[in-house]
Amino acid sequence: MRPQLPTLDLVPLYPLLVVTGWAVLVLLADLFVQHKRALGYLALTGVIVAAVVTVALWPGVPTSFQNMAISDGQALFFNLVFLVTGALGLLVAIEYLERKDLQRGEYYALLMFSLAGMIAMAAAEDLLIVFLGLEMMSVALYVLSGSNQRDMSSIEAAMKYFILGSFASAFFLYGIALTYAAAGSTNLAQIGSWLSGRGIPKDPVALTGLSLLLVGFGFKVALVPFHWWTPDVYQGAPTSVTAFMSVGAKAAGFATLTRVLYSAFSPTFTTDWVTVAAVLAAVTMTFGNLAALVQRDVKRLLGYSSIAHAGYVLVGIAAASPVGVRGMLFYILAYAFMTAGAFAVACAVERREQSTTTLADYAGLAQRSPLLAAAMLLFMLSLIGIPPLIGFWSKLFVFRAAVEANLAWLAVLGVLNSALSAYYYAGVVVQMYLREPGRSPAEEVAFRPWRSALAVAVFLAAAATVVLGLWPGAVVNLLMGV
Amino acid sequence: MLIEFIPVLVLFALATAIAVIALVLPAFLGPRRPSRAKIETYESGKLPYGDARYKVPIGYYKIALLFVIFDLEVIFFYPWAVVLRQLHVFGLIEMGIFTALLVVGYVYEWKKGGFEME
Repeated sequence: MRPQLPTLDLVPLYPLLVVTGWAVLVLLADLFVQHKRALGYLALTGVIVAAVVTVALWPGVPTSFQNMAISDGQALFFNLVFLVTGALGLLVAIEYLERKDLQRGEYYALLMFSLAGMIAMAAAEDLLIVFLGLEMMSVALYVLSGSNQRDMSSIEAAMKYFILGSFASAFFLYGIALTYAAAGSTNLAQIGSWLSGRGIPKDPVALTGLSLLLVGFGFKVALVPFHWWTPDVYQGAPTSVTAFMSVGAKAAGFATLTRVLYSAFSPTFTTDWVTVAAVLAAVTMTFGNLAALVQRDVKRLLGYSSIAHAGYVLVGIAAASPVGVRGMLFYILAYAFMTAGAFAVACAVERREQSTTTLADYAGLAQRSPLLAAAMLLFMLSLIGIPPLIGFWSKLFVFRAAVEANLAWLAVLGVLNSALSAYYYAGVVVQMYLREPGRSPAEEVAFRPWRSALAVAVFLAAAATVVLGLWPGAVVNLLMGV
Repeated sequence: MLIEFIPVLVLFALATAIAVIALVLPAFLGPRRPSRAKIETYESGKLPYGDARYKVPIGYYKIALLFVIFDLEVIFFYPWAVVLRQLHVFGLIEMGIFTALLVVGYVYEWKKGGFEME
């Protein structure tokens, strides 16, 4: 008997293959290249090639690999978000690692592997592929968080992230198992058609599976009450890693969460997960912002702010409509530029001997480094949601979707939260512009705007925040085709 | 649908019963004549020495981990070898890619001094 050989239609997976192949290349190059900085640029080239391939695939191709992978507009859009994040993360790292004397080849290879995991997650049409991508991304991130081995807080961050992340993976796997038990398949589309064919009464096993999957996702994208690891890990990890993972891991989590909810658990379970998502969104926004109010450490503050933003993104998912999904996609793109940019500035301000920055380190930044302060000002204003920056439109889109989906209370809560968040974002701005520099100014004085990779990253993120804020139509048109 | 799982339940019950019987019955029926050799920790025939909690050189950990990785590789080879004739060139290329990726890891490990025991 001749076994049924799978057909290999590799085209939809080109971005994934490019990134994986390039990661292996970087790994091997690490053995022969003495100048580790060059590896950063090698990895950056790979990210750019992958982005070109992704754009060439637009507007997407049907499912492939026995319906296990899909590269539709949504997956490709997420690919671009990941690759932009990866590029910013690499640019930041090249300089940050040099300054911190942490320059090592495996950093870049691991970042590429993690990127490959994220792309696999966005392209997954099967729960097992989701899990594969999730682990690929997470394991690389665990190691990256601990890449500053001289710093106890970095090791602590890696340990915490690893233990809680594995715990979350266990929840996730259990959810997959129960969903498989209920629907007899791990394919998202097949689960969806089986569950809706069965109709009412709802299958309690599937409902339990859905809850466990939500818990797993909740951990990965840091929703309250599954967020406890986030501030510690974001603060302890080297800042260049935080810039990358605070965006990439979250975007990847939301990419798959949307797909699982919309294609596997709709329409029979829609009312269930809409309620859960709405409540989680409300709690996450509120708690994230309240906790951020009292932070003195900027990395921690941004960590809590990222929790709050996960809440806003979830508002778009809770709307359970194409408008909501588009709002969510726009939000994640905006979030990528704002947050990665803010962390990049934090990298620039950080002292050599410290692994984090306090608010006091930003005192008088406007005098010492006007361009850097201006960029941070842009990111802060955009994170608050001030027009015409990109953060305004992203919030507008998700809140409008919520109102259209009869979740007006959630939209109102979101707006109130944005007002609340203005307090702590403004706190950073006050430090930069209205306070005198401290006795021993932080190290970014050596920051040369046009000659450093870090400055390029800050500039790109700031430019995107402004340009896409002034012309959101460019992204919206793109999203209409998704 | 649940009725299909009755055999599993029976298996569970039997397994539990056998375990309980194997532990409880000897306690009542068997003679108890403990001696020094009998109550000592069982170490697969080796004479036990020292405490279980002592520092192990980290090198062992590294070697053990590498062993697990390359051991798992062999597990994939077995089923592949059985159906190699049916898989033809396709299978050969697939396994080639798989092995090539592992070799990358091997070379990396080697060059980075992963096989040195300090």
